[in-house]
Amino acid sequence: MLNRLGGIIAKEFIQLRRDGLALTLALFVPVAMLFIFGWAINTDVKHVPTVVFEQSGSVEATTLLEAFSNSQYFDIRYRARSPRELTRMIDDGIAKVGIVIPPDYARALARGEAEVQVVVDASDPQVATSAMNAATALAAQRALQLLTRTSDGAVLRRAQPPLDVRVRAWYNPDLVSAIFIVPGLIGALLMQTTISQMAISVVREREKGTLEALIVSPIRRWELLLGKIIPNLLVAYGQMTMALLVAHYVFDVPIRGSLVLLYVLSLLFMWGTLGVGILVSAASRTVPQAMQLAFLTFLPSIYLSGLLFPIEGMPKGAQLLAATIPLTYYLRVVRGIVLKGVGLESLWPSLWPLAIFGAVVFTLSVLRFRKQLD
Amino acid sequence: MSALAVETRGLTRRFGKVTAVDRLDLRVRRGELYGFLGPNGAGKSTTLRMLCGILEPSEGEGRVLGIDLRHEPERVKSSIGYMSQRFSLYDDLTVGENLAFYARVYEVPRATRGERIAQMMRLADLGGRERQLAGQLSGGYRQRLALSCALVHRPQLIFLDEPTAGVDPVSRRTFWALIRRLADEGTTIVVTTHYMDEAELCDTLGFIYQGRLIAQGPPARIKSETFGHQVCELEADEPARAAEVLGDWDAVEEVVRVGGRVRVILAPGAPAPEAVADALRARGIGVRWIRGVEPSVEDLFVSFVDRERKARVREQLRAIGNAGGGGGGGAAAGAPPLLQ
Repeated sequence: MLNRLGGIIAKEFIQLRRDGLALTLALFVPVAMLFIFGWAINTDVKHVPTVVFEQSGSVEATTLLEAFSNSQYFDIRYRARSPRELTRMIDDGIAKVGIVIPPDYARALARGEAEVQVVVDASDPQVATSAMNAATALAAQRALQLLTRTSDGAVLRRAQPPLDVRVRAWYNPDLVSAIFIVPGLIGALLMQTTISQMAISVVREREKGTLEALIVSPIRRWELLLGKIIPNLLVAYGQMTMALLVAHYVFDVPIRGSLVLLYVLSLLFMWGTLGVGILVSAASRTVPQAMQLAFLTFLPSIYLSGLLFPIEGMPKGAQLLAATIPLTYYLRVVRGIVLKGVGLESLWPSLWPLAIFGAVVFTLSVLRFRKQLD
Repeated sequence: MSALAVETRGLTRRFGKVTAVDRLDLRVRRGELYGFLGPNGAGKSTTLRMLCGILEPSEGEGRVLGIDLRHEPERVKSSIGYMSQRFSLYDDLTVGENLAFYARVYEVPRATRGERIAQMMRLADLGGRERQLAGQLSGGYRQRLALSCALVHRPQLIFLDEPTAGVDPVSRRTFWALIRRLADEGTTIVVTTHYMDEAELCDTLGFIYQGRLIAQGPPARIKSETFGHQVCELEADEPARAAEVLGDWDAVEEVVRVGGRVRVILAPGAPAPEAVADALRARGIGVRWIRGVEPSVEDLFVSFVDRERKARVREQLRAIGNAGGGGGGGAAAGAPPLLQ
């Protein structure tokens, strides 16, 4: 029995080793993904082209503008000579933010009533949010009355020390996207491996006709299944380790919680995704079909799980859908352990949905697997 | 121990309303080379799958190497060898690794595994190719490697499902010489084939059609007893018209045009071939020559099929490849035993 199981596992590893490209991809895709998501896809918008209409000509105004520049969120590139010119530059997309400093700025500041207007091009909500948050924070530091408005003209807020900035700053004081996204990527990676690779390894055997020989052989179904699952899990854990190393040492992502806990709880997540992989293999005739089908399962997971966009900002329907996706819960687990350092006691609400999903999907998949061997 | 390697009684398998295998009584003696013949969809594969213990019979019973198919299918699996027409090799594993994998799967003890693999390499004439990837082997080598993978646990009975499909004629001959020798050394072999020349090399033939075993016996006996038709070939000036005329004749069971010739299967009790030629000449069709010939296995097979289906079945058999290549040839004289 152990002989047969060992035979399959050994064979899977030989195949993995021989397919150099697949192995390289398996280990370096995580790294590439981390670099792409950690660097290129940056949801904190920095160096926004900014136009200034400065009317006071005071030292205080210069100091304020320096503060804006130093925050790195604003690149003061243009000086406007009239409100109309400022508006036009924003309309034309030359600048995304306009700062208007009134003629009596220095005197008003002395009285504690200084008001600065920040106009933001809100056609790109990411830019707008970042710029407004940054401006608000700056203004709060200087006890300024800040009047921000979007290019639509609506007056948005007068600056009070904004609570939300402080809240977000708890686990990620610099609001670096990488720290938020990198742990999420681990979830996406594990999912990709356990669904696609698992499905492909079964479908390939069926396509090549070797599954037929295994069915006729004395191998039991569970041995075949376990013989495929164990190497797959090892690869997934290898990828996870690789991703954690890069995240920690390249992107300075802190690892605050227990890694042992993370590795153990990841198994709960992969229990369900392996089941999805087996279901995909049962539904596909060819390897390309399996890949497409697997990709189909990724889409909702990537977009709805909170990996890239916060669930809180989604419409009600999407939120309900997100609640049925295992990655949603797993992301909470990873972020909870890695960023917040919490333990089991805080993770329960995310664990039982994973357990239920795993139990249902894996059972279904094993039943389907048995059937396709008959 | 029973003298029969395979014995079934009333073996039946239904899929929904379709009866794929219908009350099959199959008897394969130990150490014989048994050819299992029939067109596509006749029920060959379904029968084989039941005999391998992977498909449960709907009715009837069967024993394979004395093991009950219904009660101990797992024991059947580990006692037999199976080779499919797709060869079931891992292309990205080497020759040696493929053998080692199947050796482990069939639980060849670790101590004898190395020696067994070496033995299989000799048997399949794969010497020096141990480290070559299976995917790089040519058809004949792949076929022999697949056979040695099926034999690696030294089963007393192996099932070969169309083992020569898509392999060149020379490799087919080599392969048949190999399995003939295996059978002579005592391994029971059940082989399905579409090639009629291969069927002639079997000790016993079983014909299956529409799920039923329609004839079983040694090729010679089937020819002499079961068949009982005369077959003749002739060359006529107008083969198309000759065939048409003969087809309308009651004394003629079937007319087949083979190349420029006309092959005539006469009904039992029909006149001698010369009388056939005379009849054609009387209708104004010139006949250059006519002679009685040995019935081919294809003729045998087709003779069991309803008259109206004959043409279609012949066509089917041809399409699958009754492509020449001649017989299989026997084992080289004085060759050492394959398995010892």
